[in-house]
Amino acid sequence: MSYYFAIIGTQDNPLFEYEFGTSKQGGDGQSRFSEQSRHLNQFILHSSLDIVEEVQWTNGALYLKVIDRFFNNYISVFLTPSNTKFLLLHQPPSSASIAPSSSTVTSSSSASVSSSVTAIPSLGGVGGVGGTRSSSTSIAANPTSPQTEEAIKNFFGEVYENYVKAVMSPFYRVNMEIKSPVFKNRVAAAGRKYL
Amino acid sequence: MSHLLAKPGGGGGQNAGAKDQQSIVSGGSSSASREAGLRYPTNGKTIYHRPLNRSKTAELSQASFAYLFSEMVSYAQKRVTGIQDLEKKLNLQGHPIGLKLLDLLLIREPPRSQTRPLNIISLLHFIKINVWQHLFGRQANGLEKSSSAETPDEYMIIDNEPLVNAYISVPREMSQLNCAAYVAGIIEGVCDGAAFPARVTAHTVGGKEEGEMWPGKTVFLVKFQPEVLEREALIGNKG
Repeated sequence: MSYYFAIIGTQDNPLFEYEFGTSKQGGDGQSRFSEQSRHLNQFILHSSLDIVEEVQWTNGALYLKVIDRFFNNYISVFLTPSNTKFLLLHQPPSSASIAPSSSTVTSSSSASVSSSVTAIPSLGGVGGVGGTRSSSTSIAANPTSPQTEEAIKNFFGEVYENYVKAVMSPFYRVNMEIKSPVFKNRVAAAGRKYL
Repeated sequence: MSHLLAKPGGGGGQNAGAKDQQSIVSGGSSSASREAGLRYPTNGKTIYHRPLNRSKTAELSQASFAYLFSEMVSYAQKRVTGIQDLEKKLNLQGHPIGLKLLDLLLIREPPRSQTRPLNIISLLHFIKINVWQHLFGRQANGLEKSSSAETPDEYMIIDNEPLVNAYISVPREMSQLNCAAYVAGIIEGVCDGAAFPARVTAHTVGGKEEGEMWPGKTVFLVKFQPEVLEREALIGNKG
């Protein structure tokens, strides 16, 4: 799964952007966007701002979940009370890359069935299958599952806390770009922790 | 001094000294590896390392605030010609505070009640209760809607005794002035930040006659922009 995160100010001006990949299930934290979609991502996020403005007056929650979809790109939104938008574009791995992983699941399950007659090692095999099965409902495979929503909510929560800290700086004015490397590291850490 | 140093005993003292030196050396190398151009505080703690929640005891002294505020007023006064301009200057000084308070106070709320104000009433309640509690340690004294049919866009927040005016005596020739314009600026900041653009002004309404209960009674007149009311009507119809 690849992520593109951006903070948009009240005048639809970008304040911060960051691109990363999943760190769960052995991910290396690198995004897998193609060079072309990198440019496209910014347009997709920007176009979803219209939908944010529609949704924001019907739902008072800060976290608005997935509000927009563009082919395989899902956009989750978190709105601060001061009307700054946190947008996260998440792109599950394309079906081509899912297919081999599902085939490994079936092969390993058949292997465990055949070996389950023997003894203790098969328990480990069964456990392993359970693990892969739960991972199919986890963040990477299903962008609208409750687990994914919860993970993104936690991610946004942590970013929000750091954003408020940035805003608290007496030298910061509304809609200023956030350039602090400390902030960037914090966002990266939150991404590693939850996504 | 030497007595104090000698006290912990030979070996222990030396050990501690060595540790100190080590930490100094490692501190130096880590700061050298950081990016040039960005300066960190000596203890390495930036604003991101500080907690957002305030402990109960962390209140400011009113005397120091009054001193600072009197300086702010006289600073503004030196740069203006009229009372209107002076109030505008004070208003502008408060505005960014309101914008920031909005974010800060909502993150301090328990997660369940973290909601953005969607209509005028919930926004004004937030100001009356949360903002006032944070700034002045108590709630505002009242919240009223303009009874006149011509001005449905006007709301009033009433404070019987504004804290900012506690040590301010306005000369007779400037009786129009109310330094709570600063607080009006904060309210305006909160409204603007929450996407409810408004003009907020402070007016003294305390009577001049003897025996008045609240001579410093101040009304903050919140006048929302027409588009806010328009949106309010749309949302109301939907709900």
